[in-house]
Amino acid sequence: MIIFVVLRVLPGDPLVAILGVEGHAQMRPADKARIMADLGLSDPLVVQYVRWLKDIASGQLGKSFFRGDTVRDLILHRGPISAEIALLALVVSWLVGLPAGILSAIKPNGWLDAVARFVSIIFIAIPGFWLGLLIVLALLFWFGYKAPIIIVQVWENPWQNFQIVIGPALVLGLAQGAYIARMSRSCLLEVIGEDYVRTARAKGANEGTIVLRHALPNALLPVITISGVLLGFVLGGSVAVEQAFGVPGLGRALVIAIIERDIIVVQNLVLLYAAIFVVVNVFVDLSYGWLDPRIRF
Amino acid sequence: MAGSIPVSVSEVAVVAEGGSVLRELGRFARRNPLSLAGGLVGLAIIVIALTAPWVSPKDPLKANFTRMNKPPDAQAYFGTDQVGRDTLSRVIHGSRTSLFVAFASVLLGTTTGSLWGVASGYLGGRFDLVSQRIMEVMQAFPDLILALAISMAIGTGLPAVIVAIAVTRIPFGGRVIRSVALSVREMAYVEAGRASGASALRIMTLHVLPQCLAPYLVLATTHLGVAIVIEAALGFLGVGVPPPTPTWGNMLADAITNLIPSWWLVLYPGLAITVTVLAFNLLGDGIRDTLDPRLSPAFLRMMTGGRRG
Repeated sequence: MIIFVVLRVLPGDPLVAILGVEGHAQMRPADKARIMADLGLSDPLVVQYVRWLKDIASGQLGKSFFRGDTVRDLILHRGPISAEIALLALVVSWLVGLPAGILSAIKPNGWLDAVARFVSIIFIAIPGFWLGLLIVLALLFWFGYKAPIIIVQVWENPWQNFQIVIGPALVLGLAQGAYIARMSRSCLLEVIGEDYVRTARAKGANEGTIVLRHALPNALLPVITISGVLLGFVLGGSVAVEQAFGVPGLGRALVIAIIERDIIVVQNLVLLYAAIFVVVNVFVDLSYGWLDPRIRF
Repeated sequence: MAGSIPVSVSEVAVVAEGGSVLRELGRFARRNPLSLAGGLVGLAIIVIALTAPWVSPKDPLKANFTRMNKPPDAQAYFGTDQVGRDTLSRVIHGSRTSLFVAFASVLLGTTTGSLWGVASGYLGGRFDLVSQRIMEVMQAFPDLILALAISMAIGTGLPAVIVAIAVTRIPFGGRVIRSVALSVREMAYVEAGRASGASALRIMTLHVLPQCLAPYLVLATTHLGVAIVIEAALGFLGVGVPPPTPTWGNMLADAITNLIPSWWLVLYPGLAITVTVLAFNLLGDGIRDTLDPRLSPAFLRMMTGGRRG
């Protein structure tokens, strides 16, 4: 509802974008009206809104102004790539962030901790799309890398597909990993101060067992929460990072739609992103009960 | 969640109570050397931005067709772009847009959010309920995507970008300040004010608002870096401040229009973004530790979702 009102009521004439400013000025008013009617833009806003709800309910999600294919086709075609990037980024962030956080927490204020914290501060500050550009440049220089032009789905050619998604996933995953490292460090440090960890030490368990078996499971909950929050970061970031790598994913489709003022496409993609973000965070909340039997709903 | 984050005693600094400001600053610097460095670098960048027309060696908009796409050399330390404009000058001038947008949008967004949060927390009831739902809806959108959608709706240009970024900052200010207002509302002196017949507006502005200053400052500095990254991302995606005005984001977008981008056109604007964001983040961390130890890094990042870009 809010997306609809914001995008429709505020100014911004899609015709100007379709035809260019000069083309728009040259066109006769009658033609303008005809095209507007074709696109369904001349109906009252309420009618347009109801039509949009129908589109969503029917699963077709409306048509692009320019290409005539439905937004559903667009999502089915480009979505898998973006989904892969997001999932792979999640895996990378945990693979990098968690060990870094654990190493920091074992010897707080040691040199390893200092290095890990410094690196995470840097990675939090680097914009993902710039890092992506640098990687693309480096690959260009040394390996003759070319931006992927066509979409290779994972079921068609896994290796080519992997080459497309690994770059964006790494960039997004590293930045997230920095947050995960920070979070797991502070949570672990807190848990390590608890009584039962002292008990485990007292009974002579070795340090590795203490951290991995006793402390880590209890420190993980906030880390999982922040992973859900960070998904928003991946969804937003992927838009710019896909652009940097030239990966033809959903984020790139959104950017193109915005530049072309393809309102229906933008509307539905923004809705989709928000829906994914909300649904994942609901699942994160629900997973608490399963991960930690002490929590009951 | 706040109570579960460890805060070492050394971080709990005493806020200046009329004492020497300089001594407080000195104490702040000793406790947070990294933040001091961040603050100094941030200050330097602000000075450069303010004095850009005098500091930059050349006109950032003037094309020079005899020197196109030249790598860095003695005449142009950062090289030149596709139409021979001096990259160093463009990076320097780009800082003006970046910082102006960041400060304006954070000021606008966080202030709006904070005032809303005070009203929402103090008044409570149905107003609070509705406000909370609205802010939740706003937070349901990843912030770069929300900013993209808004700037598409209201067009490109400096004011549009500022508003788009400001809107994404509102719910963060709103939620944090609301929780402060909620706890302040129960304090004895506020009750005394109510008992002596002060209006809700008077209590909110004179008694509740001053208590929100510290978290407000913390929020504002933490979000500067986020705002800079969003601004750059918008510029990079072609919906930020439009060319020819140089911004770090649209310089990067320009750079990749070449089939084989020149490394200096990519490296320097991005480096400028990174250094600026790093400086403000470090400063923000230090200010937060000093003013409000309850808002430890992890807690605040969780509340705010950190930056996206």
